[in-house]
Amino acid sequence: MMGSSIKQLLLAFALIISTVSGVFAQEHTLDGQETKHEQEKGFNVGDMIKHHIRDDRGWEFAHGITLPLPVILYSKDRGLEVFSSSHLNHGAIYEGYKSEHGHIHRVDAAGKPDENVHVYDFSITKNVASLILSALILFFVFTSVAKGYDKNKGKAPSGLQSFLEPIVMFVRDEIAKPNLGPKYATYLPYLLTLFFFILVNNLLGLLPGGANLTGNIAVTMVLAVITFFVTSFSGNKHYWMHLVKPTGVPVALLPIMIPVEIVGLFMKPLSLMIRLFANITAGHIIILSLLALIFIAGQAGAGTGYGVSLIVVPFTLFMNLIELLVAFLQAFIFTLLTSMYIGSAIEEHHEADHGIGYEGPGVEIG
Amino acid sequence: MDLLIPDLGLLFWQIIIFGGLFFILRKFAWGPITQSLKEREDNIQGALDLAEKTRGEMAKLKSENEQILAQARNERDVMLRGAKETADKMVADARDRANIEGQRMLEQAREAMQNERQALVAQMKKEVVNLSIEVAEKVLRRELNDKASQEKLVQDLVATSHLN
Repeated sequence: MMGSSIKQLLLAFALIISTVSGVFAQEHTLDGQETKHEQEKGFNVGDMIKHHIRDDRGWEFAHGITLPLPVILYSKDRGLEVFSSSHLNHGAIYEGYKSEHGHIHRVDAAGKPDENVHVYDFSITKNVASLILSALILFFVFTSVAKGYDKNKGKAPSGLQSFLEPIVMFVRDEIAKPNLGPKYATYLPYLLTLFFFILVNNLLGLLPGGANLTGNIAVTMVLAVITFFVTSFSGNKHYWMHLVKPTGVPVALLPIMIPVEIVGLFMKPLSLMIRLFANITAGHIIILSLLALIFIAGQAGAGTGYGVSLIVVPFTLFMNLIELLVAFLQAFIFTLLTSMYIGSAIEEHHEADHGIGYEGPGVEIG
Repeated sequence: MDLLIPDLGLLFWQIIIFGGLFFILRKFAWGPITQSLKEREDNIQGALDLAEKTRGEMAKLKSENEQILAQARNERDVMLRGAKETADKMVADARDRANIEGQRMLEQAREAMQNERQALVAQMKKEVVNLSIEVAEKVLRRELNDKASQEKLVQDLVATSHLN
């Protein structure tokens, strides 16, 4: 009861503030080095949006309020180096490092990039910080839920536990069980982690100042690659045989079908990766573009800006609600497709169906 | 950090943190949660099954009770009927026996009276004979005072008694 009301408050807060926060969203780009240049040329929508959907060295909650995050670098000659990201603000050179367009280079005394030294960047960026935050949230929420089961043993669930239990059961009964069959319990922890990780990060991304973590290709790539490995390692004989000898395919078609099957193998995780990345990023771009309309109109005069905002703000609110839906939907789809891919890899075939009347383990979505 | 090129640092941290999160949650959250959910479901299913079974048993018990009741009622009826019959029979028997006894007693009384009367008659006969003999004696004693009369009497007696 407590948990759900807090959650509601949080969502309402997120919706209102993220709409308003757009007002403060200005042309402060990565590392701030281009700010001055842009201010001269006026409001640049593209840069503003790019800044918001990309990673950043510090965590900017509002214009001018930035939490510096640690920069962690590894280079062969100097080893591991850690310092605050505030040293690199506005294109400053620190310890021979300069951050340009998000990439850190070694520079010589004259400020020229040193191409000979390769710098590996393991910095805690805004996305990594958000990732750690979401991991902590998930850890504390679900260990407390698990404690709730211990505490309320033999009793009705309470609090956060009763809020999350239907979702856990939904993942188990609607995603895992129908697609994975009797062996679902092996994969359930992965599916649950995946679902709640994507969901929490989608929702965190909707918060004002939140990082666009699930809209980052590196994050979705890791998730998709894990799914690919899980699928491949659980694949039974039939799954692999299907690649080279698809059932019910005439021999003449095999030269075409075998490459298609092999491409399909990699296309599945690739589609997972791009679907989540594109959906979340697109949602952020739409909201930011809508809000940018106010500032574009504002350049024609303050009155026009306020006038346009009367139309744009309700519409942005509406888009935010849609994004809230998408946050759940994409978490669901990613998990569902993962379970379907694993399901198709572990499925036992007792007889050849020749592709007739075969309806797959579930319905393809997305 | 371009939009479509995965960033090495983020890849690294994502693998580490997501992997760590998965193992930690699997051990400390998903394990206990799914276990408890399963236990609770089994509990509920067990309770439902038990209720169903109990309901069946109750129905069976009820029908058995009714059967027993009906049987008891039947037995009671049979017993009542039997008792009534026995009672009737006993009454009839008693009546019969009483009748017979009464008849027998009457018979006895009649017999006793008969005997009494006969005894009485015999007694009376004897008395009458004795009296008559006494009277006769007295009369004879007086009549046979003399020798002649005695002779005469003997003569008469002999005359009257035909000795053949």
